[in-house]
Amino acid sequence: MKHNVLGVINLIHETDELERLTQSRCLATVPFAARYRLIDFVLSSLVNSGMDKIAVFAHTKYRSLMDHLGSGKHWDLQHRQGGLFILPPATDDIQEISRGDLYHFYQHRDYFQRSSLDYVVITRSHMVCNVDFDDVIRSHQEQGADITVVCKREPNHTFGKARKVKMDADGRITAIQDHYGRMISDIISMEMYVMRKELLMELVETSLAQGQDHLVRHAIFSRLGKLNVRAYMYDGYLGVVNTISSYYEHSMKLLQPAVWKELFYRPGPIYTKVKDEPPARYSASSKVTNSLIANGCRIEGTVINSVLFRGVHVEKGAIVKDSIIMQNGQISENSFVYNSILDKDVVVESDRDIRGAGGTPFLAGKKKII
Amino acid sequence: MGRKEMIAMLLAGGEGKRLGVLTRDLAKPAVYFGGKYRIIDFTLSNCAHSGIDTVGVLTQYQPLELNRYLGIGSPWGLDRRDGGMTILPPYVKQKGGVWYKGTANAIYQNMAFIERYDPEYVLVISGDHIYKMDYELMLEHHKKCGADLTIAGIEVEWKEASRFGVMHIDDEDRITAFEEKPKNPKSNIASMGVYIFTWKALQKYLIIDEANRNSSHDFGKDVIPAMMRDGLRMHCYPFKGYWKDVGTIESLWEANMDLIADEPALSLYDPEWRIYSVSPNKPAQLTTDTAEVTASLVTEGCILEGIVDRSVLFSGVHTEIGSLITESVIMPNVTIGAGAQVHRAIIGEGAVIQAGATIGDPNSDEITVVAVDQFVAVDHQLLEVEPT
Repeated sequence: MKHNVLGVINLIHETDELERLTQSRCLATVPFAARYRLIDFVLSSLVNSGMDKIAVFAHTKYRSLMDHLGSGKHWDLQHRQGGLFILPPATDDIQEISRGDLYHFYQHRDYFQRSSLDYVVITRSHMVCNVDFDDVIRSHQEQGADITVVCKREPNHTFGKARKVKMDADGRITAIQDHYGRMISDIISMEMYVMRKELLMELVETSLAQGQDHLVRHAIFSRLGKLNVRAYMYDGYLGVVNTISSYYEHSMKLLQPAVWKELFYRPGPIYTKVKDEPPARYSASSKVTNSLIANGCRIEGTVINSVLFRGVHVEKGAIVKDSIIMQNGQISENSFVYNSILDKDVVVESDRDIRGAGGTPFLAGKKKII
Repeated sequence: MGRKEMIAMLLAGGEGKRLGVLTRDLAKPAVYFGGKYRIIDFTLSNCAHSGIDTVGVLTQYQPLELNRYLGIGSPWGLDRRDGGMTILPPYVKQKGGVWYKGTANAIYQNMAFIERYDPEYVLVISGDHIYKMDYELMLEHHKKCGADLTIAGIEVEWKEASRFGVMHIDDEDRITAFEEKPKNPKSNIASMGVYIFTWKALQKYLIIDEANRNSSHDFGKDVIPAMMRDGLRMHCYPFKGYWKDVGTIESLWEANMDLIADEPALSLYDPEWRIYSVSPNKPAQLTTDTAEVTASLVTEGCILEGIVDRSVLFSGVHTEIGSLITESVIMPNVTIGAGAQVHRAIIGEGAVIQAGATIGDPNSDEITVVAVDQFVAVDHQLLEVEPT
């Protein structure tokens, strides 16, 4: 079926407190869940909902993004028509890059105007979830909304930075706050907006004309009185991953079989760039418990409550506990890694003892040798 | 269409009778192997790593699953503008069509395909073997020897030699005699079923062989002996490394077990020689707190809650609490119920082993096979299970 919705994954000024993990990459391409990047979850959701024209509004440090997404074929987005569009900032003035996202929407207006599709879904990349956007759009149309915001009731939301939302008994949104406000509400915004394309274009132009250039803060929030802005309540698994503590927390939650079965499969499968890693190899001396292990790993030591990305090698006598080891990490003989996050290609030499202190995981940058 | 120095013709029509229920609805090259691969991935990856960009895949028996798997050859880098992968099934011609009557006849029927590329050399390989080989080095050897035919040969144990075509060679690797499956072999250098022909020579002998009504149109039985008789220049390319014909249940099981040895003779972990395959694209495997996994290969998409030892698990396998798997090959999307035991078995794709059921006997050398999508209940252990 031909879909009537354009997808936009908006990476401009995403709230990012991932410290060293985003030193050389954007939030969208932070490795997550043993073989994925954060953007895979929302991108797969869009694709599984039947969208075949999806743009990624890249902003900064997007080299890893281009490498990861490539032609889009791993998400079945390499089409004769449509497919995947990676759109970096279109400006020749370096100062302009720091302007708000609406400015960049304006710069990319051709993407919207050239298309005959009527609706737009705008998302961020750091919401780890599995959303059926067909259902969101159905709800948008049924409610006669101008804008629908995908929200989630999270009474115990402590990790990750998200906007809180208030709505009236009718389901109409009455207030949206910025990431740091003190508003009391147990509903958070998943930063996913559905609206007609014409409305988006109108919001872009009128806001910019008034010197305002933020989609949520200016274009949507200031019009809550005039526009019919509705919430769509998502009840699947959600991880807001934009701080170290939320990254760690949501990585560990994947070790629960119920979360694993839901997040990666329902309503649709999560896709990522395929690598030709062989199966994981457990040796006779391996002890693995309560862990997520990607292909290409070789385990000779002990792994407990941990997430191992592709190609990690845990040597004999080494113990990895409560940790996240990214791609091609090497934990040499008799080393102990506890409560740590090791970025890609980190080598821990023999007989080392690494541990995070006081509830904060130890964080090692890419290619570090310890 | 540009000229190609060498193209590959991959024989993938084998029925694989000796694999029993595993090839009931599947051509042998499409049988699963090694935790995430199919047998044909090894030869296709060899082509990819040897710089061969034109491969004709000859299919015949049960091609549906194989064709779907191969697609346009993208996973092996064979979706190319000039050349790439072409699937070559038997087809109907103006004067009627016939099935491929033998390996040589299969190539004969596709001479027009080969001539499109006007190659100097043709590599003939089969999709039934597990090995890693750089065909480019073999081609260099072929050219250096000025050979009409080069056959890759490997030393096998004497007691095994009668299963293969064996070659007698002189000090310069020139083949002095070739015997197909001899009763009393006088050489233990087995043909690996990997041939490089100088195309002009092959073309001539294919035409001669086709005209011979008494021929079975087979390379090993007919074409190579004929070339031998006529004194063509035939060399052996001595190969050292792992090579295995996985044509029987026992050899398929053994080859899988070879991969979990402490130091496997065939490494899947060489970054310079990745084995390419169609990725299942499933989440990383989850090993829960009730699981114990030792000396095994396990692929994405598995949830392990039981004990797994010396086994190979394909994607999407679920082993429930209290289950025990030893020395077995578990193909994709199999469920091993709680408390079930599986010993020395090959479990076909999608099979379900009911909680508490037992498959195989740890004290027996026999390998038990459970067919694709089979349900094995506690009280009816060997429902359609084929003993070997």
